[in-house]
Amino acid sequence: MQAQYIGASTIILEVLWRFWPVWVALFIVMGSSFLYKKKLALYGQLFDSGVGIAGVFICLFWLFTAIFASTISPFDPLGQIPIMKDTLPGAIEPQSGLAYLFGGDKLARDVFSRMVYGSQIVLIIAPAATGFALMVGITLGLPAGYYGGKIDSILSFLANLVLAFPVILLFYLLVTPGIMDTPIPYALAGVFFLFPIIFFSVLFWTRYKNRPDRIYILLGLTLLIGGWIYVGLVFDRDPLKIVHIDPNQLNIFVAVVFASSPGVFRIVRGLTMDIKTRDYVAAAQTRGESPWYIMLWEILPNARGPLIVDACLRIGYTTILLGTLGYFGLGLAPESPDWGTAIKDASRLLRSFIHPALPPTIALMSFVLGLNLLADSLREQSMKD
Amino acid sequence: MFAFIIRRIGTILLTMLCLTLVVFFLVNLEPNLKKLAISQTEMHTSAEQLESWLVNHGYRQNFFVRYGQWLGVVPKQPITDPATGKTTQRFSFCNDPTVSTFSGVIEGDFGCSTKFKTTVAAKLFPALGATGILMFWVLAVMVPVSLLIGILAGMREGSRTDRVLSVASIASTATPEYVSGVIFTVVFASWLGWLNGSAASASQGITFYNFTLPVITLAIYGIGYIARMTRASMVEVMTQQYIRTARLKGLSFKGVVVKHALRNALIAPFTVIMLQFPWLLTGVVIVEVMFRYQGFGYTLVEAAGNNDIDLLLGCSLVSVFIVLITQLISDVGYAFLNPRIRVQ
Repeated sequence: MQAQYIGASTIILEVLWRFWPVWVALFIVMGSSFLYKKKLALYGQLFDSGVGIAGVFICLFWLFTAIFASTISPFDPLGQIPIMKDTLPGAIEPQSGLAYLFGGDKLARDVFSRMVYGSQIVLIIAPAATGFALMVGITLGLPAGYYGGKIDSILSFLANLVLAFPVILLFYLLVTPGIMDTPIPYALAGVFFLFPIIFFSVLFWTRYKNRPDRIYILLGLTLLIGGWIYVGLVFDRDPLKIVHIDPNQLNIFVAVVFASSPGVFRIVRGLTMDIKTRDYVAAAQTRGESPWYIMLWEILPNARGPLIVDACLRIGYTTILLGTLGYFGLGLAPESPDWGTAIKDASRLLRSFIHPALPPTIALMSFVLGLNLLADSLREQSMKD
Repeated sequence: MFAFIIRRIGTILLTMLCLTLVVFFLVNLEPNLKKLAISQTEMHTSAEQLESWLVNHGYRQNFFVRYGQWLGVVPKQPITDPATGKTTQRFSFCNDPTVSTFSGVIEGDFGCSTKFKTTVAAKLFPALGATGILMFWVLAVMVPVSLLIGILAGMREGSRTDRVLSVASIASTATPEYVSGVIFTVVFASWLGWLNGSAASASQGITFYNFTLPVITLAIYGIGYIARMTRASMVEVMTQQYIRTARLKGLSFKGVVVKHALRNALIAPFTVIMLQFPWLLTGVVIVEVMFRYQGFGYTLVEAAGNNDIDLLLGCSLVSVFIVLITQLISDVGYAFLNPRIRVQ
């Protein structure tokens, strides 16, 4: 039976229509940000340049796509409808009457729905892994830069050790199916996920240690929430069954944090060494503040500009890393709809079918481009001050 | 300066030692050894046979003894048949010694590839040669193009040329190899048919037809980054006092750029280009797998996929060496190019 097709212009209109929740959300957020940009500090200044608007637009587009994925995508990303195998874009699925907007792949799944659902995986793992890498890098980079000496030598040597590893080799060693039988990923996760708890505990302790009314509440909350997530992620024993992560996702997560935290460490260390010579640090030292207070409340806030820019770039870079993992078939399940895996599947068959390859490549490229534009614009704005 | 280089080389050796130990630990994890034993024995082997294969081939010796054997500070032992006392080679396809000898990396023996049934040296060095050719062409494309873009963009900050080129270079840094590779293949191989989407035939002879796609795919990711660094450096140089002096004494804009700005603006990109090598290594792996080019990256993936212990260790040694040596060259070269920096 020959499949029915819809025309090219109908496909474009249909795709635009499918994204309606994204357009509505974008209109509300971008519109209100634009109206109140004067009051929104650094974020508001982004709307002063075309590059900044483009960056915010693309990033928010994918964010909302990930949030509304189930409304946008017409089909189940894993569902196979045999008649639709390798169909070209616009083929109509006879039962539901809906079209495979970007065609079907070799396993007869809807390329469009897979692209939309792929954004969910990327937008959860990439920012979260970057966040943890930031925590690890900051917590270790501050003392290395501030104290110098032995601590600095040892930590820098370890960081250089990880950085000397080609990323791809690291992934091949850390993200193999075999390694999940060993305690290594869980041990690494146990160490990495401890850092946010340490970070926030020290952050609150140094500031409020003389104010019992606040310190106990803040520390208690940190330990409660941190401990809850920690137990859920590392041991998979969340009593409320909310926090849960698949073992292979945990493995990827740990490998990505491991690969990108030395980079953060180096930046934080460099910034700290620069900032600790400033007068306000000397003033704090004269006041008799503790070293960790100076690091977390004097140096860190003043290093935030370059760190925010770096975080944006790093989320993009992590997205590329996730794609690399998917491309080599490491870690993620073979049927997973993430963009890297989709590119891998499609690139094997480029000679016969090209349509399954283009949506995930363009999606990945545009998201990273959006983050890079955002970072570039943030850097320009922060340099103006 | 001399003492500095000696100390750096010492650090490099220490780093290589630590990293190979880590790699050695990871490839010798129990599941990985099982995988190796299964791939090396016949189908449907029992658990005892797998275990005896591992014991026979020396994989059950003490971890540090085996690391020492690989390194060449502990003698390698041949297989001894417990019944007859006769010794045989561990792997006959590698000319392994039949008597106990020191034969490790220090002695120049990189071990035995279980996947390719040959010595690691026989597999790894031709692959490195092939990758070297690829790298040469990538650098030959990447460096001039990125420097030109960076200089043109940084010459007049904020001009239309600057904005267009800057956005183009941001776009290129947002395009990893597996994305640009797919897009280029679709455009140039599938639609236009100008170029070959596979570089498998490049091992026999490199032609424009089969080698262009891997080279531009690999170059495009680096171009944007180097161009942006060159631009930043150029912008900084153009605001210096000596540029204004040169301009005020009546030199043409072209003369100022070529004679005064260029030389100073190219110091920073040198470092950046050198530090691009670690990224290029990852790119090489992706591109070689994508275009089926039998080089270093392809070997690495094969070694990792089959848990080929000695080959994988050889690959890590080579890649770590490249990363560290390029860092050293970039540091030394920077001090050499920029007389204001003195190495303590």
